[in-house]
Amino acid sequence: MHSNPEIVIDVKNLITHYGQRKILDDMDFSVRAGEIRVVMGGSGSGKSTLLWHILGLYQPTSGNVEVLGQNIHTISFNEQLALKQNIGVSFQSGALFSSMNVGENVALPLREFTNLDENTIRIISRMKLEVVNLGGFHKLMPSQLSGGMIKRAALARAIVMDPKLLFFDEPSAGLDPVVASEIDDLILSLRNTMGMSMVVVTHELDSAFKIADRITVLDQGKNLFTGTVDEIKACKIKRVNDLLERRSRHETVTSEEYLRRLTQENYTLS
Amino acid sequence: MFKFAFRQIENLGMISYQAIERFGFAIRLFWDSFYWLIIGRQYKQRVRLHQIVEQVRINGFDALPIVLALSFVVGMMLAIQLIYALSEFGAESEVLRAIAKSVTREFAPLITGVIVAGRSGAAIAARIGSQVVSQEIDALKVMGIVPVRYLVLPPLLGLMISMPLLVVCSDFMSILGGAVFSIGRLDMSIMAYLVESLNILLVTDILQGLIKSVSFGIIIALVGATMGFHVTGGAEGVGKATTSAVVISIAFIVLVDMIASYFLTQ
Repeated sequence: MHSNPEIVIDVKNLITHYGQRKILDDMDFSVRAGEIRVVMGGSGSGKSTLLWHILGLYQPTSGNVEVLGQNIHTISFNEQLALKQNIGVSFQSGALFSSMNVGENVALPLREFTNLDENTIRIISRMKLEVVNLGGFHKLMPSQLSGGMIKRAALARAIVMDPKLLFFDEPSAGLDPVVASEIDDLILSLRNTMGMSMVVVTHELDSAFKIADRITVLDQGKNLFTGTVDEIKACKIKRVNDLLERRSRHETVTSEEYLRRLTQENYTLS
Repeated sequence: MFKFAFRQIENLGMISYQAIERFGFAIRLFWDSFYWLIIGRQYKQRVRLHQIVEQVRINGFDALPIVLALSFVVGMMLAIQLIYALSEFGAESEVLRAIAKSVTREFAPLITGVIVAGRSGAAIAARIGSQVVSQEIDALKVMGIVPVRYLVLPPLLGLMISMPLLVVCSDFMSILGGAVFSIGRLDMSIMAYLVESLNILLVTDILQGLIKSVSFGIIIALVGATMGFHVTGGAEGVGKATTSAVVISIAFIVLVDMIASYFLTQ
């Protein structure tokens, strides 16, 4: 799969509005098979909106969205359904169904879309829970789980149908560094073992540098920069540097620099 | 001064627009529910029997104690008032007919509707509302599960089935309540009172109550779901939606009750 870089997501000239406000402005975005693509950008840069449009949850104003070679907005309901079986989504808040326990949550797509018998469904859903290191937790309700466990359970539900394409909205937001790093490892091992393509929306630079094959930086609804980790570190675009600013701040702070930062009126890095 | 007036007019326009939009949304939910019920199987959107049975249990069976208790009390209340009013004409014996007719045609469906609106309408709005807030609806959509089929159709069918059943029970309890108060005045046994009530009642009387109750069930489910789907603003929004679901569904129940009474008594 890696040798043949087939395109799994192809977004062209996507323009979307929220009410009167333009959110995505002529967005181009494509993801190759087997790739982990991290999407970054400040708040309001259109990261989530892009994600929701790729998933076909909203109608764009104009533009083209092709997922796994199919235009998600023009295909029939049944084709859309088949496409959705190949896509897994892990939501920022987990979005586990609070009225079902973890096992039932994970098993729901199997129950709805396959004709497997109850035993098989149970075994598959427990296998997926083992993959995310939640073996034995299937009887707990979502309200009894910690933040990291919720994200992992949501991940188990996202991969239960063995999707080709996996979306993460802020996988490490609100988690402590150890748990966040565990989630990163999980993302990497899922790609390596199952060959899934992934789109990860995140704010965490450390996590992005660790998992990304390529990083896309969005700014004001446009695809500002796309490149590998090294390329983005070497990138000279100021808005991209702004995003990486936080990391730079932690690196070299000499006393003169520090004083200058405090006193100079229009101080910015770079 | 003008500015104030304009703002009021603008508000009025906004509220009307929103009301019409939500009314349309509710109709659409109703249409979609039955659309998926009929053709869902072809599109892997099966409606599970156990989901509907569970909704009948939650919305019907679990409401039975409170419905029975209040129906009994309403029956007694009617007997007290009617005997007082009828005694002025010396027509106390007519209390049996008055209670039997008014309860089956009017009071049993109304009381049941109000109770179920408070219980189930609020529950449906709160459930769907909190699912909107926690992205569970989006999660259903990206999985390929149509939210209407999964979240609206089961309670809708559950209420359409359980409301008439509740009303039949309520009919009986109200008449029994009336009987308990009236038998002393009428010098009858309870059994004789009940048998006589049954003789007086026509199929159309019972049927009128049942038709009303089904439409009340539809109102409760649709209003609850509509308010739930329109939740914005987190937990506070869920609270508001729950309150307005109960108030609006009771208002519609009373309104539809009046309209139905007019047409069904023609």
